[in-house]
Amino acid sequence: MNRSSLTAQRLAALFLLGCALFDYPLLALFNRSSEVFGIPLLYAFLFGSWFALIVLMALLMERRED
Amino acid sequence: MLQQGWVIAAVSFAYLGVLFAIAYYADRRADRGRSLIANPTVYALSLAVYCTTWTFYGSVGRAAATGIGFLPIYLGPTLMLALGWFFLHKIVRVAKANRITSIADFVASRYGKSQLLGGLVTVIAVIGVVPYIALQLKAVSNSFTILLNYPAIVMPASGGAVPLWQDSALYVAVILATFTILFGTRHLDATERHEGMVAAIAFESVVKLVAFIAVGVFVTFGIYDGFADVFDRAEAVPRLAKLLVTADTAASYGSWSALTFLSMLSVLLLPRQFQIAVVENVNAAHVRRAVWLFPLYLFLINIFVLPIALGGMLGFPSGVDADTFVLTLPMAHRQEALALLVFIGGLSAATGMVIVETIALSTMVCNDLVMPVLLRWRSLGLAARRDLSGLLLAIRRWAIAAILMLGYVYFRAAGEAYALVGIGLISFAAVAQFAPAVIGGLYWQGGTREGALAGLLAGFGVWAYTLLLPSFAKSGWLPDDFMTQGLFGIALLRPQQLLGLTGLDEISHCMIWSLLANIGCYLAVSLRRAPNAREARQATLFVDVARGHPGLAGWRGGARVADLLPLAARCLGPEKARAAFARHAQSRGIEFVEQLPADADLVHFAESLLAGAIGSASAHAMVASVVQEEPLGLEEVMSILDEASQLRTHSRELEVKSRELEKATAELRAANERLRELDRMKDDFISTVTHELRTPLTSIRAFSEMLHDDPKLALSERERFLGIIVGETERLSRLINQILDLAKLESGRAEWRTAEVDLGEVARESVTSFSQICRDKGIAIDLQLPAQPVLVLADRDRLIQVMLNLLANAVKFVAPATGRVEVRLRVTHQEVGVEVADNGPGIRPEERETIFEKFRQGGQDVMTDKPQGTGLGLPISRQIVEYFGGRLWAESVPGQGARFIFTLPLPDRR
Repeated sequence: MNRSSLTAQRLAALFLLGCALFDYPLLALFNRSSEVFGIPLLYAFLFGSWFALIVLMALLMERRED
Repeated sequence: MLQQGWVIAAVSFAYLGVLFAIAYYADRRADRGRSLIANPTVYALSLAVYCTTWTFYGSVGRAAATGIGFLPIYLGPTLMLALGWFFLHKIVRVAKANRITSIADFVASRYGKSQLLGGLVTVIAVIGVVPYIALQLKAVSNSFTILLNYPAIVMPASGGAVPLWQDSALYVAVILATFTILFGTRHLDATERHEGMVAAIAFESVVKLVAFIAVGVFVTFGIYDGFADVFDRAEAVPRLAKLLVTADTAASYGSWSALTFLSMLSVLLLPRQFQIAVVENVNAAHVRRAVWLFPLYLFLINIFVLPIALGGMLGFPSGVDADTFVLTLPMAHRQEALALLVFIGGLSAATGMVIVETIALSTMVCNDLVMPVLLRWRSLGLAARRDLSGLLLAIRRWAIAAILMLGYVYFRAAGEAYALVGIGLISFAAVAQFAPAVIGGLYWQGGTREGALAGLLAGFGVWAYTLLLPSFAKSGWLPDDFMTQGLFGIALLRPQQLLGLTGLDEISHCMIWSLLANIGCYLAVSLRRAPNAREARQATLFVDVARGHPGLAGWRGGARVADLLPLAARCLGPEKARAAFARHAQSRGIEFVEQLPADADLVHFAESLLAGAIGSASAHAMVASVVQEEPLGLEEVMSILDEASQLRTHSRELEVKSRELEKATAELRAANERLRELDRMKDDFISTVTHELRTPLTSIRAFSEMLHDDPKLALSERERFLGIIVGETERLSRLINQILDLAKLESGRAEWRTAEVDLGEVARESVTSFSQICRDKGIAIDLQLPAQPVLVLADRDRLIQVMLNLLANAVKFVAPATGRVEVRLRVTHQEVGVEVADNGPGIRPEERETIFEKFRQGGQDVMTDKPQGTGLGLPISRQIVEYFGGRLWAESVPGQGARFIFTLPLPDRR
């Protein structure tokens, strides 16, 4: 299996991860009025997981093809 | 200073001037071959044209109304970019391979270069997107008006309330139209790419991000004390606290999912997104960085949305529109410079969207709507026009102006009505209708032109009925009884509770029904027939793009340079066309353009060259008008069929041949096996013969030496030894005779004296010659003969030889004293059988045939000592009997003796 196909599959996996994170029912778990470090939980969860997803995609795409 | 309108206007024009300078510089760089935008970061930034004023001002407004509900619009694109390696990358490669100029061109080209399909996509795109352009006009004009009243916070009057000549939106529209025309249609590019524009858009993306983050930082950290402070204060207000969670209902999550899905599709299918992401893409590998950088951009521009919304709602009385918070918050805190920066940021968001969207739409209108119509009117003499490039540019410029004016008219008519507020999503839902045709077309070869047409029409129809018409009704343009009572009073036809489906917001409702109708019709109609040759060809080009160019299969016929060059010159201008042809000639290793062969390759080149300028469907029609692409005639079809059937015949023959070959191989193997067996037998034979010869020789020699060495040997001894020597010598000569005999028989060189022989007499004579030996050994011998003679045609001596052999065997194996041998002659009406039976040990079943082989003697482990004889008697006998047309075989029950039987045919009695 060559690298670009593996990269594509990893991206697809990240897509599925994103679908899971950004939708019911995971979303509902955090849909409560509580806070982490003064940030509303839902807000923190969405932005946190969004950022994590972007970091993962960046790591995946910017790896040197060596 | 902001009170003076001219200051704001001057800053705005200065900004536009900077944009233009950037674009000009980028174009110059591109002409010199040092492209400014051939950079993955620039590509990712230019994708941020996705963020319009709807994001810049509208996100805050949406957050103020729905809390976190603004987010799916940006989460969707993140997910789509994660799939970018599949979708976007593939679309870019397809578009590059086919010189696609717009999304209408993409769909038209995929389904067999259908002008009708291209036209339909264009119409849907224009209807869907014009209101979105109106939204940009409104945003710029409102922000200008608000800024003009600085430091007072005054909401602008409704659009229709001011006279036309005082309406800033009109001037915005005119300025934007002029700017876009200057920007996008300075010259007609063969590839329909606008390097300068892309550079400017990337710059604008930076400007709007910086402006928005500046406001965000100012509000969060300037007005308040960080994120936690803003949220804490919001928590204290019940009205705001409920924005921090979403309604925990199925409908709420459903609409969240629908928005995510919708924005996923929009980020690719909006005409401006397609233009930037696909048409303007310099290198497909740039997608790699965009996959994460564009989502990161969206992330950054959204971080401060909720703090600004909450800050605005905490700080302002309810009269201030949340859509303006981004601008009014800095104004309220007397931040002139920041307010101006925000205005410029908003302007950049609007201009970016308007420029790219109108250029994309004007390309579509020109290539897929106007040109096909003009080309059809051949009587207009269009084909005779020497230079069409001027006409093409004029069409595009008018299209840009017309689209912006349409946008303005829509804005003017809709005013502050509902129709503008939700229009972003309504546009998204309109372009989502392209999804089945585009995505289906990329991965499924079976889609047909009619299928795509039916799907688009159905989806567009449902969209218009469930989303567009209700928005008109809510604006008061239509009576709203069809909303409440349904069309013709039929409750099931209520546009936003279609067939009684309730509990969904209008966007989810529209998405479900329109995509259901769209996909359903696309599949059902596509499956009514197999794709025709042209659709199949295009399908292969699109679906199997990874396999590279499939060649020009299907292209038949050619055209001369003399026909094609003027055609290209008409659309591109003579110099550009000639240069492109020269490059093509060079790439094929031909020195002069005129020497290019008139083949399918040239036609393909010319068509794709034209496609870059006027779209694939129009290019196909135009080239076809001079080329006359020959359709496949009956003869060609027959020859193709012939070839196919010949192939099939050949393969069948091959199959037969290989089967024969297999058989021959098996036969050869058997023959080889047999040969080896024979070889082995020959070796055995020789070694047996020499062994057989040596035994008597050894004894002869031994006795001779004894006689020779010992002169005093008694006479009686001498006589005994001499007797043995004589006997052994006889045996030796018998053996040699038999070997010679067998060799003669086998080689067919034996002499036969065939005559009428009485078999009874032969038997009697043979038995007689054995009677003495039998008597000596005490063996009973019994002969039973018929009364009359039995005459056969044979060699008498040979028959005696057979009889003697059989009798010798019998006598040899029976025990002395109790032994008994019987010879019987039996005559049937066709043959005579001679039977020699004994009461010896018999023959084991496995030996019954082998004893007829040379030197194989039976009963070798039955008898203690080696049987006497040569082992050649039976083979010789069988040869003799078979020579006269008879058979010789043995029958035996072990322990009860053996019977040797031979038969000979009786001569015909005539």
